[in-house]
Parts: sequence; C-alpha cells; structure tokens
Amino acid sequence: MKIEVDNSLKMLPNYDLIEKMKGEYGDKIACISIGTAGEMKMSAASIAFTDMEVRPARHAGRGGVGAVMGSKRVKVIVLDDTGMKMRSPEDPEKFKEANKIFVDGLKKHPVTGEGLPAYGTNILTNIINEAGAYPAYNFKEGAFKGISKISGETQAELEVKRGGVATHACHRGCVIRCSGIYNDKDGNYLTKQPEYETVWAHGANCGIDDLDSIAMMDFLDDNYGLDTIEMGATIAVAMEAGLAKFGDAEAAINLIKEVGKGTPLGRILGNGAAVTAKVFGVERAPVVKGQAMPAYDPRAIQGIGVTYATSTMGADHTAGYAIATNILKVGGYVDPLKTEGQIELSRNLQIATAAIDSTGMCLFIAFAILDQPETFQALIDLLNSFYGLSLTADDVTELGKKIIKMERNFNAAAGFTAQHDRLPRYFYTESIAPHNVTFQIKDEELDQVMNW
Amino acid sequence: MEIKVKLFAALRKGRFDCEIRDYASGATVSQILSKLNIPENKVSIIFINGRHADLNHELYNNDTVAFFPPIGGG
Ligand code: SF4
Repeated sequence: MKIEVDNSLKMLPNYDLIEKMKGEYGDKIACISIGTAGEMKMSAASIAFTDMEVRPARHAGRGGVGAVMGSKRVKVIVLDDTGMKMRSPEDPEKFKEANKIFVDGLKKHPVTGEGLPAYGTNILTNIINEAGAYPAYNFKEGAFKGISKISGETQAELEVKRGGVATHACHRGCVIRCSGIYNDKDGNYLTKQPEYETVWAHGANCGIDDLDSIAMMDFLDDNYGLDTIEMGATIAVAMEAGLAKFGDAEAAINLIKEVGKGTPLGRILGNGAAVTAKVFGVERAPVVKGQAMPAYDPRAIQGIGVTYATSTMGADHTAGYAIATNILKVGGYVDPLKTEGQIELSRNLQIATAAIDSTGMCLFIAFAILDQPETFQALIDLLNSFYGLSLTADDVTELGKKIIKMERNFNAAAGFTAQHDRLPRYFYTESIAPHNVTFQIKDEELDQVMNW
Repeated sequence: MEIKVKLFAALRKGRFDCEIRDYASGATVSQILSKLNIPENKVSIIFINGRHADLNHELYNNDTVAFFPPIGGG
C-alpha cells in the first residue's frame, strides 16, 4: 500500500481523473474517488466507484460522504488485485451449497429474476405514477403527464435501439443485473442507465420529460461527484424560487454545471435542497434532517413517510423500503393510504435493512428474501459457512437493532431529538392530487418506531 | 361500458400499452383479464383508478384499470 501526494489531480472531475489513473496504473484497476463537489466539501457530494468497464458510474450517493473524503484530502483510492487470491470460506462445501440455493432463489423470483434485469429500477416509474405517489413539480402533484416518455419500458427500448445495453451488472458477482448502458443519439456512450430515482429527480420533479437531458444530468452528476436525488430535488426547489422554469432542461443542465465549477450560485446548489430553499426563501423544501426526499410522495404512501421521518440519515427510502409492501405487494400488503400498520412495517424493514446492509449485499436481494424463506435462510448459511459463525434469523434481527441503536446514539450525541424525526410541516397541511391526501401519522406514533 | 385498460412491463408484449375498450356492464377484473388472454398468475398488482384492487372487483363505466406483473426496484 502506498500513499502519495499528487497535486495534479486537483479539481479533476471523476471521468478525467479515472482516465488519468488508467494511464498511470493500467486498466486492470478499480477506483474509489471524489469529483470537484467532494473537494469543495459540498453536502450533496458523492463517492464514485468504477464499474466493470472502469467508469466512475456507481456512487455512494447519499449523505454527503464525498465531502467527508474531501475533508480528509483523499482524492482517489486505486486498487489492483493482480497476484491476489480469492478469500476462501471456512466451510467450502456448505458455502457452495448455500450459494446455489441463494442464486437459484434470486433467479426464480420474478422481481430479481425478470423485472429488474429486463427494465432496471426505472420499471417503477409507471406503477408509482399509477398509484398517485410520483412527485412532480417539487412535490406539488402526485402524477406526471410526461410519464410514458421517461418510463423504464421506454428507456430499455431506447437503450437497445441505440446499441447500448439494458441488462448489465455493477460487478462480476451480481446475478440480478439491474443496470444498463445509455448511449446518445449517435450511439456513443453517454452514461450508465439512469436509475429510477435519477429519472424522477431530474425528470418529473423538475417537470422534464426528455430522457436524453436526464441522462446528460446523470453523467454530469457522476462526473462532478454529486448525489442525483439531492441535485434533482435542489433544482426543483431552485425552479420554485424562480431561478429557472419547470420543464426547462437546458436551464437545469446549466445549473448543474454551475455546481461543477463552484461559482457562488453553484456552491449554494451543491449544498442541497435544504440550503437552497433557505437561501432563496422557499418554504416547500422536501427534506428531513437536511436530506432531500426521494421519488415517492409520503402522503400517497404513508409507510415510506414513516421511514423518511425516522431514518437516522434523513429522508431515505432504502432504510425501510415500505414501497415493497405498500405498493408492490412484496412481503405482504399494507394499504398505502391508511395509517394502520405503517409504524410496524417501517420498523421491521429498518431493522432488516440495517442487517442486510452490513453484509455488503446489494439491497435488491431483499425482494427475494422477503418472499422466499429458503432464500433468506441461504443468506444466513452463506455468512455462517464463510466466516464459521452460527447466526440464526433472530441473531440477524438483533444485529439490525444493534446497528440502529448505535446510529441513534450517534445522532443524539450530535444534537438530534424527536423533533427531527418529522416531515416538513406542509406535508401535514397541503394535500396532494390525485388522492388528495395529507400525511396522517401522528408525532406520538412516529416516536414509537424505534421503541421495540 | 367503456374501460381504460393499461398494461405494463412484460404484459405489453404482443398486446398494447393503453386502450379504451368496451365491456358488458358489471364485468370483473378477472373477466377482463380472460378477454385479454392474460393468465391471472402473470398479474401481481392491479390498480383501479389508482387504488389497489383484486380479481373479483367489479368495474364501472369510465373506470381505469392497470395491470402490472411482479416488479420492484428503488
Ligand atoms: S442488482 Fe445491485 S449489484 Fe446488481 S446491478 Fe443492480 S444495483 Fe448493481
């Protein structure tokens, strides 16, 4: 391991940086890096990871982690596994057996085996819109009229037509392969397949229905090292403030370029939706604990509102993906428009997710393990045979609880209280069409989520 | 009666995306699926006018029904 000072990398965007690294270290490398946003310590800054084609197209997007890396003055970590051996399991036979059951389980579940590989995460666009929970125009409406132009079905067709790829994996070990390659009109690589959240954030939430513009913004975010959810939400707030018109894709692209350059306006936008709303006096900032909400309106899907409010990192969908049960009927069904059952649903999902996240598995395995007990057991068997452990399902739940407790303790020490486990006021007072609902879960109930 | 029928993901293949179709009054979700030659086990989520519904649900004139195969993402 070598640590080197290299001032020639200063303010290089991710794609240029990785080209330079390939020139120096060859193309058998993998890189972890920050772009210009991380160097400027913006709170929307991400950390980039190279994919199988050594492109910086996978991001630890949320939470502003890029700013942390920037504050340590670490620009890039270059990994080369030449001459390294694969780690071997404690019990190779049992591991092989568990792995087979696990992989079969992912392949046979219709979500992880068919839907995600064929259409990617953007397959959700139509169903969330149909449910009236697809936030458009900075969370003003629950459905978007340009939906068919940006849906996963349209996107997958376009990708294939332009010689891109609609089924692609982040890394060699993935059997789900929900990703893809998005080429421009001339068939040249533009970016990886923009995700559901990105298509929403830069699309409907800003009133934009053009996939090429959305893909361009996805590329710019990756290049500067920015969270696509936070940036889309921020531009929508900026549009509400009058800095650009809803639907103006060119103006939106220019705002992201300001962030990359670090102009005074760019530095405001790069610090996210909460800061931008404060600076420009916009009341409707869809944030919790300073982090922007993703692509599901918490009024039309009450369960995800519980997760947004109580997750330790601020508004986050992955921490307790109530959409699965509220909308997709995975792991049972709880009516999205009612309050009953939402607290328990979010609590159980948050505990399970904390445990799955700490295994390093991609969270999308959850669709299969929530529905198929044998696939869940196979995951536990994989861990046990690899590390020589004897974990049970109950231990996994305990692990999840322990992690959440540690995170909550950290937050408490940092000054967070129950008052921070709330949605912004307007979600309780302004209803959203087409269901004309507000967020109904009471504060006292929210305070019970972490009380088990 | 007139019903707006929307199909998504793999259910569109060889069929259509969205059409207004004519059905006898009192038709159920299940009857509409069988007219479309879509096996019930290929449909996991049904919305009528933006709300979850099941196979026995009866439709009324001008309703919108949407059919989805099992899907997920995030
Ligand atoms: S399933 Fe997970 S690991 Fe696989 S391609 Fe999708 S995001 Fe990447």
